[in-house]
Amino acid sequence: MRNSVLPILTVILAILALWYGAAVLLNRSWTLDQAARAGQEVSLSQIVADTMAQERPKLPAPHQVGAELWKTTGGMALKGRAFSKRSLIYHGWITLSATLLGFAIGTGLGILLAIGIVHNRAMNMSVMPWAIASQTIPILAIAPMIIVVLNSIGVTGLIPKAIISAYLSFFPVVVGMVKGLRSPDAMELDLLRTYSASPAQTFWKLRWPSSVPYLFTSLKIGVAASLVGAIVGELPTGAVRGLGARLLAGSYYGQTVQIWSALIAAAILAAVLVGLIGLAQRITLKRMGMAR
Amino acid sequence: MIWLVFAAVFWVAAWRLNVWLSNSPWRGTWPVRLAVPAIFGLTLLVVWEALVRGLAVPGVILPPPTAIGVRIADSLPILWGDFVQTFVKGALSGYVIGCGAGILTAILIDRSPFLQRGLLPVGNFIAALPIIGTAPILVMWFGFDWQSKAAVVVAMVFFPMLVNTVQGLAAATEMQLDQMKTWSASYGQTLMKLRLPAAMPFIFNGLKISTTLALIGAIVAEFFGSPIRGMGFRISTEVGRLALDMVWAEIAVAALAGSAFYGLVAAVERGVTFWHPSQRG
Repeated sequence: MRNSVLPILTVILAILALWYGAAVLLNRSWTLDQAARAGQEVSLSQIVADTMAQERPKLPAPHQVGAELWKTTGGMALKGRAFSKRSLIYHGWITLSATLLGFAIGTGLGILLAIGIVHNRAMNMSVMPWAIASQTIPILAIAPMIIVVLNSIGVTGLIPKAIISAYLSFFPVVVGMVKGLRSPDAMELDLLRTYSASPAQTFWKLRWPSSVPYLFTSLKIGVAASLVGAIVGELPTGAVRGLGARLLAGSYYGQTVQIWSALIAAAILAAVLVGLIGLAQRITLKRMGMAR
Repeated sequence: MIWLVFAAVFWVAAWRLNVWLSNSPWRGTWPVRLAVPAIFGLTLLVVWEALVRGLAVPGVILPPPTAIGVRIADSLPILWGDFVQTFVKGALSGYVIGCGAGILTAILIDRSPFLQRGLLPVGNFIAALPIIGTAPILVMWFGFDWQSKAAVVVAMVFFPMLVNTVQGLAAATEMQLDQMKTWSASYGQTLMKLRLPAAMPFIFNGLKISTTLALIGAIVAEFFGSPIRGMGFRISTEVGRLALDMVWAEIAVAALAGSAFYGLVAAVERGVTFWHPSQRG
């Protein structure tokens, strides 16, 4: 871990350098157009300086995105307006709450279905192929329909987005948990049978604990999918609230800096969520004595 | 009322049939293994139809499967046009470019452990991010037509592919590498004859993950702007007009295309990695 810090930093620096280079290349034409219209000659350093500070650049430079990000989060919080409508904290919270609610529902139902599949052969044979097939189809395409239909019957706000998040996190959890609950091998199951353990005891003392590593792996996939679901769920209602709405509003009005800051905010949110689950995984597995 | 009773009776009957089939002596044979999920899927459709009719659910909330079937049959040319626009032009070209670039990058950084140690965690991190959010930016850059969709797909599949290929290239064992060395094989020979074949299960894992990502990317990118055809365009406009049977028809096409694409890649995998334990089962 320690000796990968330098390579990671190098890669991140390389990405930033590429980003700045691309910003100069992509934004240059606008600068040149403006100068030509004003009948001025511009030097190279002027071009570079201008491409870094345009109002609506094709590609905003990293520091512009960073400044916008700070202005709409920390800066607003300092002014005591952390939850005003222009603050990314507010929009992020809208998205995060839908994500977490949907993730909790999807994970809970997913675990229940996985338990059913493992204990009931008919359920296994009928449901499992569909659960696996569902991984190969773009179920995200149903998102706009769910939003609009639920809107038309009067359900708005958090719930429709949470439903999308829930079904996106549902299938990875089902597939992962079925694998996990089946991971005890025949010898371990036989051992519990020689102890004349009841099915409930077998479940709680053997199947459940051995499924925990699989659970965490699918939780990480599930939470990332939930966030994508919540963001896409915010698109069809016409850019009202949330990070997805910021993306859509930005693309309507050509506010590239706003799009990029919403995007980075979403990325930070995803990283924090996956990171938290990773942390919980490490702590849990350590306490269970399963850490590798 | 009669429809509701019918739904309940059909459900119970089909479920008992499935229970009987899956506990019967033939449960391991392939007709039964195929029939049980098929019966379950059919049951869902029948119950859906019966509930929609029995409860008189309006078509703008949930159309019955028969209406969707009729819609599919009626609008085959539109569906085909949308399929070509979104899948063939957007998703497939992006898939080929993105996966190709991912594999090539992995091979290029293969000789530098330094870059690998840096790129692998960063790639893993980026693979978990909501890349789909770049869609509005890429639509702005590449215009409304399929090029921007392909660009979104490239951005979505590149990092999963890169990470999987880098892991795959590390899959050859010490002993196999030593064997190549005793034959004084060059770097290129070792790569072509040992390490790339050994990496194939990982590469195909990435290719299979990418099939779904490609279709999702192409469809969602169309929500941000597209010419007047394409699956994502059709879904978002028909939802606006509350023509839900058309939306479901597009979703059926998307589901079919997604599983066929996945199935195709899986079939190629079986041919290429016939030697791998998971394929010999």
